[in-house]
Amino acid sequence: MDDTVERDVASLAPVRPHIQVVPLAALPVVGAAVIFVALSIGFNWQWGLMFNHVVGGGLWTGIDLFVGLVIGPILGRLSIPARAEFAARFMPKMMIIMPTVVMMTLATGFQVARQAGNLAASSPNHAWLIVSFCVVGIMAVIALGVLEPANVAVLYEMNKVVPNGERIGRLMKRFIYTAGITGLMQVATLVIMTRLSSR
Amino acid sequence: MPPAHALDADRPYPPIGWLSSGALACVVVGGIILASYAPRTAPLPLATALLCVAAVLLGTAGALLAQLRAFSWKTFGNVFKWALLAYAITSGMIEFAFIHDHTRGSSLLIVTLMLIIFALSVPTTIAFTVARFADLD
Repeated sequence: MDDTVERDVASLAPVRPHIQVVPLAALPVVGAAVIFVALSIGFNWQWGLMFNHVVGGGLWTGIDLFVGLVIGPILGRLSIPARAEFAARFMPKMMIIMPTVVMMTLATGFQVARQAGNLAASSPNHAWLIVSFCVVGIMAVIALGVLEPANVAVLYEMNKVVPNGERIGRLMKRFIYTAGITGLMQVATLVIMTRLSSR
Repeated sequence: MPPAHALDADRPYPPIGWLSSGALACVVVGGIILASYAPRTAPLPLATALLCVAAVLLGTAGALLAQLRAFSWKTFGNVFKWALLAYAITSGMIEFAFIHDHTRGSSLLIVTLMLIIFALSVPTTIAFTVARFADLD
């Protein structure tokens, strides 16, 4: 069975181009985002802070929900060669998009909360804010400690002359489960953030 | 004849990834405690204790890593350096935000040390996970 899977994956090798783990062409966009965030914080630029937080947070939440609850279950039902083909095109993009939107959201979110007075212990929103820190903290540990290493390992494995299909399948399972967990946790983020902004 | 990848079949390794992820979890919890008290001064003993636990976990991971012989150090180094660059930039951005928010003294020192552990633990986890499955040098 495993040998069949391995042969299937190996048969993709001749037609599969070398995978660029981090798409270098997208790095200028990341650089621009970093500069935009730094300037927004440095100059207390209210529109810039809000733009980065809302756009970054909206994309982060939306992508996590979509990947975790829509793409993940579909991937789980695909054959391992099909998963591998999808991952080869999908994961490098996620390597650029996710850290960027997370950086935009978190770096400016703290400043937005400070300016809005939500960090003050007397604020009625303070408790909700702490809950959101905890949700983000759990998501960060799952994403950085489990999901991202698995992503990178899959891409490296697929760049081998003879990729190990069983190993790719196992690592992708990690991706599917952790993406599902972070997707569900984003529902909590939606509740907290809409609650904060409506008070 | 065994399949080509059998030579680099999954080898048993010490729990280096779990230790460095544990260090990450400690500094994340410490960061939440510090941030939840801002702009007041957070109780530093708890944050310091978490920082120490994180340092011990990461140090243990580093020590175990250094003892590995059958390991793709080339792959580890290649992944580690680029991940370190990415997470050093992220840590720098967070440090900048704390300094901009007038965090000073002991609090700033603890935040800085936590960010250093953050910037080292994530690349360690990523690079180890990749290198453990890579062909030996």
